Amino acid sequence: MTSAAMTPIQRGFSLAEYLTCLNGIVWREALRFLHQRERFISALVRPLVWLFIFATGFRQVLGLSIIPPYETYILYEVYIAPGLMAMIQLFNGMQSSLSMVYDREMGNMRTLLVSPLPRWFLLSCKLLAGTAVSLLQVYAFLLIAWFWDIAAPPTGYLTVLPALVLSGLMLGALGMLISSGIKQLENFAGVMNFVIFPMFFASSALYPLWRILESSPMLYYVCLFNPFTHAVELIRFALYGQMNWIALAVVGGCTIAFMIGAILAYDPSRGLIRRGPAGGET
Amino acid sequence: MTATDAFSAGQSTQGFHPRPDAVEMPALSIEGVSHAYGSRRALIDIAFSVAPASFTALLGLNGAGKSTLFSLITRLFGIQHGRIGIFGHDVAQAPGEALRLLGVVFQPRTLDLDLSVTQNLLYHAALHGIGRRDARARSGEVLARIDLADRAGSKVRDLSGGQMRRLEIARALLHRPRLLLLDEATVGLDVKARADILNHVRQLVAEQGISVLWATHLFDEIGSNDDLVVLHQGRVLAQGKVARVIADAGGSDINTAFMRLTGSTAQSGSSTS
Repeated sequence: MTSAAMTPIQRGFSLAEYLTCLNGIVWREALRFLHQRERFISALVRPLVWLFIFATGFRQVLGLSIIPPYETYILYEVYIAPGLMAMIQLFNGMQSSLSMVYDREMGNMRTLLVSPLPRWFLLSCKLLAGTAVSLLQVYAFLLIAWFWDIAAPPTGYLTVLPALVLSGLMLGALGMLISSGIKQLENFAGVMNFVIFPMFFASSALYPLWRILESSPMLYYVCLFNPFTHAVELIRFALYGQMNWIALAVVGGCTIAFMIGAILAYDPSRGLIRRGPAGGET
Repeated sequence: MTATDAFSAGQSTQGFHPRPDAVEMPALSIEGVSHAYGSRRALIDIAFSVAPASFTALLGLNGAGKSTLFSLITRLFGIQHGRIGIFGHDVAQAPGEALRLLGVVFQPRTLDLDLSVTQNLLYHAALHGIGRRDARARSGEVLARIDLADRAGSKVRDLSGGQMRRLEIARALLHRPRLLLLDEATVGLDVKARADILNHVRQLVAEQGISVLWATHLFDEIGSNDDLVVLHQGRVLAQGKVARVIADAGGSDINTAFMRLTGSTAQSGSSTS
């Protein structure tokens, strides 16, 4: 074939086609979530156990001074609520990552990746879909917490939404990046041990940073450089109608960095995804 | 209505509407493609083309490199060396335009088992930018055609292996591609299901002018009028009309020709394998 023959008409894609694709991916993710009721329940049970059992017991042990964004003394349950909201998103991001590894193992991922729309767009849609699911979980948690008398200012439920979207995107992008490097589903347990637990515990989710500084300066700096800490603080401030600019910058920057990493990792010409055929294929 | 009858019914409704850019272009052109996994070379300087509205069989034993080639055509893997074009659209340079014209049935099942039959089709349609109303209409058409209309709401995991394969083929055709790739599409199916699927695909070629690249290791799936590409250990050993390949190899049939070409005594290409 001559190169002259390689000049066919290029039609491109319309905005409607992009939106249809986005809608389809979000719809599929929501369907899967609804089909997996146990996933929804476990996503709620985990933070509620922390809230109802751990926090109740810890309230008597841990004294909290007045720190921004709070303007008065608060119960420990109130303090850890933003951290638990972020925890829901962290687990959801990793769950999405697990789901992508599973899809790749089972072959479902090919359906997505052979779509004619740009791969960066497909991955972004997947990320948005996962974030939307995490929002459902977080608001369900907030509703239950409200019945437990752990309530934010009424406007806080709205002002926290952009912060939740951004933190959900960051944690989802991190999960996506991690999924690109996991070769087998069995390796996913390592993610629990090396990503989720350290990120959660070495953060301001359970204790204020000044408390950690008093106990261990080294751990304080680890917490300070942990993006999850900034996701928690972004949510905490937004829940009270305030903005933590440093947290916003860190979470925004990490979202962009993780997303670029994930897109590169899933790029067929440069990616980290398995380059050999799946088992049994030739 | 048997599955074959169901496949046959209504084929003409979709119609064959050649695109202006499809004229005089090979449906698929593979030019000097090589691929390696680390130090292991899976494909070595592959070159062949698939003519529009033709059935081309890609024959090779397990490990020949068929699935690797499919992964390159579908852009699951990046092209390391060479060039792949789909109706003239370079897969590396214009993947969107190329993939839009392509339907694929991979060797492993790629359906979402937890979704229903219709939901799988709607999801695929959305990934190709097809709106919900149009997608529902097309889904209804293809399900009627493959005799699965009564299973539209069933979970895919409740279908038989043959039904899943038919659904995958129907799904691959939902966005009306001009080139269909099938990678060992009949593996694991019984004799009747295999025959039904093969007949269906041949009808797509004859009635709708779809171009087909059919990867297989089974000799009896290759017809005497088909185009044939013999792939062995990552190299194309022969290509052309089946009769020509047999004659050039000095064989009496595909089986002996293949054995002569590959210097193999393997019998894995028999229909009962």
